Amino acid sequence: MFLPKRKISRALAFLFATLALAATAISVSTPASAAGVDTAKNHSSAVVLSGASSDPSTWEYSIGGALKLNGKPVKGVTVVATNGNFSAKSVSDVDGKWLIAVPDAAIYKVSIDKATLPAGMAIANPLMEADTTSFSFAPVLFKFAGQTIQTVSFGDQLVGRLFSGLNFGLLLAIASIGISLIFGTTGLSNFAHGEMVTLGALMMWLLHASMGWPVILAGIVAVLVTGAFGWVQDAALWRPLRKRRMGLNQMMIVSIGFSIVVRYVYLLLFDGDTKDIAGGGNVIKFGPVSTTDLTLWGMLISVVALGGVALFLTRTRIGKATRAVSDNAALASATGIDVEQIIRIVWVTAAALTGLAGVLYGLELQANWLTGFDILLLLFASVTLGGLGTALGATVGALIIGMVVEVSSLFIPNELRYAAALVILIVILIWRPQGVLGKKQRLG
Amino acid sequence: MDFVQIFNLTAGELIGVFTAAYALCALGLAMHFGYTGLLNFGQAGFAALGAYGYAFAALKLGWNMWGSFGFGMLCAAVFALVLGIPTLRLRADYLAIVTIAAAQALYFFFGTEKYAAFTGGSNGLSEFGGDFYGYNPFPVGRYDLGIITLSEKEIWIRVVSWGLVAVVAVLLLILTRSPWGRTLKGIREDEDAVRSLGKNVFVYKMQSLVLGGVIGSLGGMVFVLSSQTNQASTWVSNFTFMTWTVLLLGGAATILGPIVGSAVFFMFLMFTQAFLEGLVNIGALPFLSIAQVGQIRYLLVGLFLMLLVIFRPQGFFGNKKELQFNG
Repeated sequence: MFLPKRKISRALAFLFATLALAATAISVSTPASAAGVDTAKNHSSAVVLSGASSDPSTWEYSIGGALKLNGKPVKGVTVVATNGNFSAKSVSDVDGKWLIAVPDAAIYKVSIDKATLPAGMAIANPLMEADTTSFSFAPVLFKFAGQTIQTVSFGDQLVGRLFSGLNFGLLLAIASIGISLIFGTTGLSNFAHGEMVTLGALMMWLLHASMGWPVILAGIVAVLVTGAFGWVQDAALWRPLRKRRMGLNQMMIVSIGFSIVVRYVYLLLFDGDTKDIAGGGNVIKFGPVSTTDLTLWGMLISVVALGGVALFLTRTRIGKATRAVSDNAALASATGIDVEQIIRIVWVTAAALTGLAGVLYGLELQANWLTGFDILLLLFASVTLGGLGTALGATVGALIIGMVVEVSSLFIPNELRYAAALVILIVILIWRPQGVLGKKQRLG
Repeated sequence: MDFVQIFNLTAGELIGVFTAAYALCALGLAMHFGYTGLLNFGQAGFAALGAYGYAFAALKLGWNMWGSFGFGMLCAAVFALVLGIPTLRLRADYLAIVTIAAAQALYFFFGTEKYAAFTGGSNGLSEFGGDFYGYNPFPVGRYDLGIITLSEKEIWIRVVSWGLVAVVAVLLLILTRSPWGRTLKGIREDEDAVRSLGKNVFVYKMQSLVLGGVIGSLGGMVFVLSSQTNQASTWVSNFTFMTWTVLLLGGAATILGPIVGSAVFFMFLMFTQAFLEGLVNIGALPFLSIAQVGQIRYLLVGLFLMLLVIFRPQGFFGNKKELQFNG
């Protein structure tokens, strides 16, 4: 049963060759990364207030960024940069972008003029520093701290947050069902799962935002590419390791290494900047809930995808076989089910679903090389909460986590909302270690 | 390309502070994983608590070096208890998910501006090593060690950090050869068998978790004492993954392994950095920029980790029979 090492090496070489090929293909079609900065320079509205002697248009250093709340641009906000007695300001444009030209390579204090913020908005980090000593362009990212209580009643805020939580939870659900299916059939806790979310989102940026493909075509291709990535991963890496009967903890550590490799390949190919894909969509309001048409479409697609998975698992022969393999692979094999084929189908399905989550995440929010890794722990939390290895459990867990993340930002600083979800996970594990829907015998 | 400089930089890592810090964190992990079979993926959290504990006690409470060291270790011990109580009775992968989740939650907590009065927010804490460097017996000056030249402060932090590595290594050597250590190895191999001998498995695992966590906190403390700056962004999960790479490189169930693993790992990182930068500078790699060289290094770390676990799970010094990852 043991494969010779040579064969594994060959399989690994094949995997990395594929990655490298994909890499060259993508890098050829990626436009110059500096383009974003150049366009930002066009709507620079820096005004010199005092202290600078020379003409601002000749200055070669600049500080800039984009003001966004939940992916939607915030315009008309004044940002001020100061250093000693130099001071300049810029007002964010319709894309939320602002840019300030500065004369020197130095560390500038950058702040938001709070009076210019739209009603009910607050900045979590209104005082920042920008360092132009190593690069001529210093990005500054201001984070909105959610809406304050003066303008919107608590009940209305809660309803709004619950709606966002439902949306985020649905996104997490389609990705975490992927983790759950793979864990159920192979026992692997896949730490490289987030990278498939990232792949979906980055493909969407490449095809739709960068190459201008229509959104539906780009979305379908992005999902297919992620599905193919799942197939290649399984064929070149995980299947040979299973054949070697590698321990599950060992495979988990391999997945950590694989996740690091894939993440840095993304960084090399796509650069580290955050990419805006769809620009936020059109705002739709009903009652206290303010959302966009993109979000509503995303939720509809998520629900359809979840329903599709449920039907697949309960009604089709392959779906039933999948559940049989999850329950007991040896017994399933004895009844004539081709376990390896089922695992292959599971990998492709899981990867495609996860890619879909990435596509929707990228469209509704933003994408960068860490998008998937950032939500990986939330995915694990969803799966663990629901009960390891059950698809329905993962959905319930994801909805809980999504709600906790969004609602918690009413009470705690925005940047702690992921932490809140992780603390809830730990608390629930104390109270009910098998998860909300899990069976007790799954515990060791 | 200046090969002498590349060689000197690489050799300097052999006695580097970060090398010692990672060696300490990996020794703690050897206690957890190598000797007890606990999958701790939150070593960054233990190290962060050590670092923040020390800095907080020294800066905000005005404690001296000994009190600050003690406070950092206490924080890590409490963290281990809080994590261990709910999860040590469960299957191994629950501990993995809970520890990584808790470490990440700590990272978010330390980085937020809300509690900047205690943690310094995203700027972190700095200049907390006054008392520590007050104990420095080396007179002010530059010391030429042949391949590198160090200031008196750099010498002192190296003496302390490598001294700690030596003390911890000897302590672990004694502990793992004691009846207590044999019980831990028994738990790693077959929990039920140890339980049937009347041992309280939970208590043993908890002792291991606390001890390894406290050792990890020492790593965190020397890590931040070298530059006297402590920022939340240091303690991301990549810190944990690098510690795992160091541990598996040397051999998980060994004492020498984590130390040699850390030295080899950091020499490898420094060598690839210096060598690739050299190649980029002479134009041999036109498709790479200097910034991308740093990224390629981490890509290699991930590849290293994969290949290591697939082809040599016992590391340099481990015994393959002793380390069959269970599960």
